[in-house]
Amino acid sequence: MATTTMTMAKALNEGLRRSLEKNKKVLLMGEDIGKLGGVFRITDGLQKDFGEDRVIDAPLAESAIVGTAVGLAIRGYRTIVEIQFDGFVYPAFDQIVSQVAKLHKRSDGVYNMGLVIRLPFQGGIGAIEHHSESPEPYFAQTAGLRVVSCSGANDAYWMIQQSIEHDDPIIFCEPMSRYWEKGEVDLDNPPQGLFEAAVRREGRDVTVVGYGASVKTIMRAAETAETEGVSLEVIDVRSLAPLDLDTLARSVDKTGRLVVVQESPHSASVGSDIVSQVSERCFYSLQAPGLQVSGYHVPYPPTRLEDDYRPTVDRILDAVDRSMGF
Amino acid sequence: MIDDELVQLLSPEGERVDQGDYQSALSGDEIFGFYRDMVIIRRICNEGTSLQRQGQLALWAPIQGQEAAQIGAGRALSPSDFTFPTYREHGIAWCRGIPPVDWFRLFRAVSNGGWDPQKYRHSVPTVVLGNQALNAVGYAMGVQRDGADEAVVAFFGDGASSQGDVLESFVWAASFNCPVVFFLQNNQWAISEPSSLQAKIPLYHRAEGFGFPGVRVDGNDVLAVYEVTKRALENARAGAGPTLIEAFTYRMGAHTTSDDPTRYRVDAEVEVWKHRDPVERVKALLVHEYKVKKTALADVTAEAEAMALQLREDVLAMERPDPITMFDHAYAAPHPLIDEGRREMIEMGISGGSH
Repeated sequence: MATTTMTMAKALNEGLRRSLEKNKKVLLMGEDIGKLGGVFRITDGLQKDFGEDRVIDAPLAESAIVGTAVGLAIRGYRTIVEIQFDGFVYPAFDQIVSQVAKLHKRSDGVYNMGLVIRLPFQGGIGAIEHHSESPEPYFAQTAGLRVVSCSGANDAYWMIQQSIEHDDPIIFCEPMSRYWEKGEVDLDNPPQGLFEAAVRREGRDVTVVGYGASVKTIMRAAETAETEGVSLEVIDVRSLAPLDLDTLARSVDKTGRLVVVQESPHSASVGSDIVSQVSERCFYSLQAPGLQVSGYHVPYPPTRLEDDYRPTVDRILDAVDRSMGF
Repeated sequence: MIDDELVQLLSPEGERVDQGDYQSALSGDEIFGFYRDMVIIRRICNEGTSLQRQGQLALWAPIQGQEAAQIGAGRALSPSDFTFPTYREHGIAWCRGIPPVDWFRLFRAVSNGGWDPQKYRHSVPTVVLGNQALNAVGYAMGVQRDGADEAVVAFFGDGASSQGDVLESFVWAASFNCPVVFFLQNNQWAISEPSSLQAKIPLYHRAEGFGFPGVRVDGNDVLAVYEVTKRALENARAGAGPTLIEAFTYRMGAHTTSDDPTRYRVDAEVEVWKHRDPVERVKALLVHEYKVKKTALADVTAEAEAMALQLREDVLAMERPDPITMFDHAYAAPHPLIDEGRREMIEMGISGGSH
């Protein structure tokens, strides 16, 4: 088994490279993804190696980036588009919900809408406004789309490849604050299926669930909790839509307690969906209501304040205490 | 003349116009074929309005007045070209060989599409204004990468010309020199809003600002529309890049059967455009120049009548689909919420699930 250590950014880069090598119909498109390699360097060196026809520097119009990827999909191409930052996806929202999500259905299955929309998301990088948001709930509740998120290098490497091979359109959420963190990548075998959740740490007392950047925060909370004699089971959701409810319910049936962590506000969110669906499945196992640790219901704050907006170890442990107190 | 810059080969009276840049080399038989096309789609469209009035359709979007624009453009296409329509491109659908009954599935509200877009090389209808212009440009980028000898046409109207997606598609097509033709039918009205609200300059002038040619053609002159579109398609296939064609025409009827144009436009305007009728001017040409006999014209009318009656039967026979079909093709791959929905529908007895 060949494993190598690399950052999550490099793992995405290598995953994209492998997709470009494997399938001539795979294209990349986005703003500044060519010579610059993207503002986060995710596509570094790919235009040089695969040419301007396959790694396309796009004019600055997000609706067009997605709208032309739709046309390319109809023509038989598989395009991975990069939205530069979370808060810049909204001009493309119309194309995503009206065409990307619906054209397979509207064409009675004739059009293959296999395309990937890469979306750097969540906070923690000290950026200015519109660069730290969590827009994933908009897409998670849109029928016709699938939404996934990687939390580390190995998943990044494999999930981006699995996404481009999949026949449904996928919103691929990348936690920006984790781009530079290193991890072991297995270059031979994918860890699991794209739409499966992963148990990152086994535990007895409370199931704590999250995705993207939150997973690492939850792992740190679990270490602290252990010193206090509380055993947390940590689940990385990975697939936000559809949810892997079997894995989630199996854990909650065991622990009887559920805490969901996310950076978006909790109202009508992925977290509220998890709490609702797990409650339905695990009603007789639950010792306490499912709780959410989320961003507050305010526009993302100036980032000098983001540490008080994003879920912290303390807020997670507080929710664990409240759950245990029922 | 409506405008000095208008490409016109046939006057409203049906007389040839000498137009330096474009000449029609069509035979009498070919022109007669265009006439037949226009008579048939006009009759079928009228049947659509009747069917809606009788409660058999949820909606109908008539094209009366725009027959020459659509038949001229549709007949200029090569079989391998690909077209992206709105919901009002019935004449293009006809030219692409799609059975009329299929155009009506959307309006009978039994489908959101209606035909196999790859088989007919005509995409499914786009209702959100302007989205399809970007999809067409993306498709054209694929054609370029395949090195194929094909052109792509994006259809839209004067209203949609204000949409960001249309303007972004102009940027993309110019930057990447895409083999695409933007076919804008300026029918003067976007429901109740006049085209003067969408643009303070002739719409075809916009192309120049984006870096490719624009041309305004008399959209009620099928010969001119055919020649202008044919040349734009040839240029696209030859690698000369995009063209914006503004087919200057008029929506004689309502926007849709839900609309009441008497609230916002005057009869005098409609009267002016009646004299520019696209079908009558070709008929005049056929009678005077080609000595086409009244019986031949009557045969076309009878054929159109028979087709309309057949269409009526086909539409009335169009049943409400089994509700469980709503889950088909929502996703390409298995999805737990689709399975859950199907299961519930069967358990509730809403569907037998035999589909």
